[in-house]
Amino acid sequence: MFLQRGVVAVLGAALLALGTAQNGVAQQSVRIGAIYPLSGNAASAGSSSKAAIELAVDLVNHGNPDLKDVPLADGKGLPGLGGAKIEVIFADNQGTPAAGQNQALRLITEEKVVALIGAYQSGITVTTSAMAERHGIPFMAPESVAANLTERGFKWFFRATPVAGDFARAYSEFLKEQQAAGQKTASIAVVNENTEYGNSVASVIKEQFAKDGLNISQVIPYSANTTDVQPQVLQLKEKNPDVVIFISYTSDAILYAKTMKDLNWKPAIMIADDAGFNDPSFVATSAGLVEGLVNRSSFAVGKPGSVSAVINDLYKKKTGNDLDDPSARAMQGMLILADAINRAGSTEPAKIQAALKATDLKASQVITGYNGVKFDDKGQNVLASSLITQMQGGKYVPVWPKDKAAGELKLPYKGW
Amino acid sequence: MSSILLQVIVSGLLIGAVYALFSSGLTLIWGMMNVINFAHGDFVMLAMYTAFLVWTAFGGGPAASVPIAAVVLATIGVLSYFLLVRHIMRGPMLAQIMGTFGLALLLRYSAFWYFGANFKTLPDTLLGPPFVFGSIRVDAPRLLAGTIGLIVTLSLHLILTRTALGSRMLAVSEDATAAQLMGIRPEHMQAAAWALAAGATGIAGALIATFFYTSPTVGETLAIVAFVTVAFGGFGSVPGALLAGLLIGVIEAVSAFMIGPVYKDVIVYTLFVLVLWTRPQGLMGKA
Repeated sequence: MFLQRGVVAVLGAALLALGTAQNGVAQQSVRIGAIYPLSGNAASAGSSSKAAIELAVDLVNHGNPDLKDVPLADGKGLPGLGGAKIEVIFADNQGTPAAGQNQALRLITEEKVVALIGAYQSGITVTTSAMAERHGIPFMAPESVAANLTERGFKWFFRATPVAGDFARAYSEFLKEQQAAGQKTASIAVVNENTEYGNSVASVIKEQFAKDGLNISQVIPYSANTTDVQPQVLQLKEKNPDVVIFISYTSDAILYAKTMKDLNWKPAIMIADDAGFNDPSFVATSAGLVEGLVNRSSFAVGKPGSVSAVINDLYKKKTGNDLDDPSARAMQGMLILADAINRAGSTEPAKIQAALKATDLKASQVITGYNGVKFDDKGQNVLASSLITQMQGGKYVPVWPKDKAAGELKLPYKGW
Repeated sequence: MSSILLQVIVSGLLIGAVYALFSSGLTLIWGMMNVINFAHGDFVMLAMYTAFLVWTAFGGGPAASVPIAAVVLATIGVLSYFLLVRHIMRGPMLAQIMGTFGLALLLRYSAFWYFGANFKTLPDTLLGPPFVFGSIRVDAPRLLAGTIGLIVTLSLHLILTRTALGSRMLAVSEDATAAQLMGIRPEHMQAAAWALAAGATGIAGALIATFFYTSPTVGETLAIVAFVTVAFGGFGSVPGALLAGLLIGVIEAVSAFMIGPVYKDVIVYTLFVLVLWTRPQGLMGKA
């Protein structure tokens, strides 16, 4: 017994010595909490984001020689903290704001994380970030787009993703261009799930389109995770709009794709606002039903050897799927957080907050298609941008704006 | 009546028949044993995955997956009865509720672990093109599910009311001790009830998989409808579940179409509360 204890002690000491010898300074890991839907109806999207965040952490901790331009991807951990490694503690928001809030509290008080990232659904980001704000912990929102998130006067909230206003402007410009090219856009329908995400994006689109003189003739809000979407599709079929914009999570996105085929109705232009329609399991199950679907994305795989291509390969090796847009944005969020903590040179929340405010990444340093990362006073990344993609032969291809396009836009919408 | 409204009603009837189909197993267990099976939705989920596995293994459609899922689920039902339900029935009411609820979570998280969180769907061409009657379109998988839904609920009703097995099962549910004195083994009858109910649920799941997505949490989405259908129709009444399923399907579809999809739940649940207010035993339940 004593002998055993002795052996353990000696081994432990040897390991410690090894650890310190490598870097000169005692290594400790920096703990970051990540709150994502790992169960519930958005679990497939949440587990994709989890894999992407793990990949980001792996790049920082172990490095990759092909990614020289990406900050910290040289595998030396966080040099600002003596080469400390990042450790992510994942928590399941179960798809409900209350569970997300409880997990945020647990991560902050029990797990002693120095920053939080999450939480996919805007409605859950509302509650989790409020918990971070109360405890003075930086919160990174890489993918939640609801407009009001940055309008709450929060001091600890940072959002890397482009927001509803950006997409609404992009859709509006895109549609006006199609109009000029002779496409019919006289009547536009918006179909949105009715939580924070769907409602806020729909209302921003309505405002923007009204300003730009585009006619929204029909708005159909519906409850997410419904058992049946036939009535919604029949409402569309009755009014027969030229353009439909869907704002939906995965389960409903799959049902819309199937039901539109069953009831044999399609618009001339069908637009999906990211989310469910970019979920790899939507693409895997339904790509053949939505050929020509227009979508938005902040991530597009570039030429072989480019940063996005290398990362996509790494992600594919890890999960078997291509890196989807929301997961790419989650990964980007983690890299921004790592960069800030490194520059802060400390795990003190106030120093990380100050470093986040001073973030200044160039377009070449980010993995998504953002023009860079720089936060305004409200914590919004003012350099975030997105492009418009189209489903072509089972894959989303960037088609707009022209300078970022990799393929020709093909209209009208083909469907199945 | 506009042809679109007619299509709405037809769609509502079809989805309603499916609601009835996957609710009949739940109502049967209640009628036989006064046990609410909170794992019911997850039984449906397992049946849907069974259909998916049958298709990936050898490209089998409903002709193969429906009987296979029925057998697989009947087996799971009997196992659940002997390993769990039989024991918790001796405990307090709360133990019964928590017991099947625990089973639900066990099945759901096992599915997460084994199948992953990704959504799966069967190819939509599995059953061929939709039937077109004038301007009305009826999707083949829904028509099949709706028709078999009617057949299964009617057969369950006939088994319970017209066969010796049914009489014995009803005898046990009314007075297990008296039935035992008549030479009926209550445990065998209760196991048979679980086999029948879970088997019917297996058929339902395999059919639903032909037009719905499959994921580990799909049972949650479907179970709510099943509980409402059963309470609406009357706990324990199979014809009640059929009537309630059809009513809910049509009311949902028409109200979603005429008023708006966000209001359909308000309307369905308002009617539900009104029915329970005037008939607490449900439409066709015994008082």
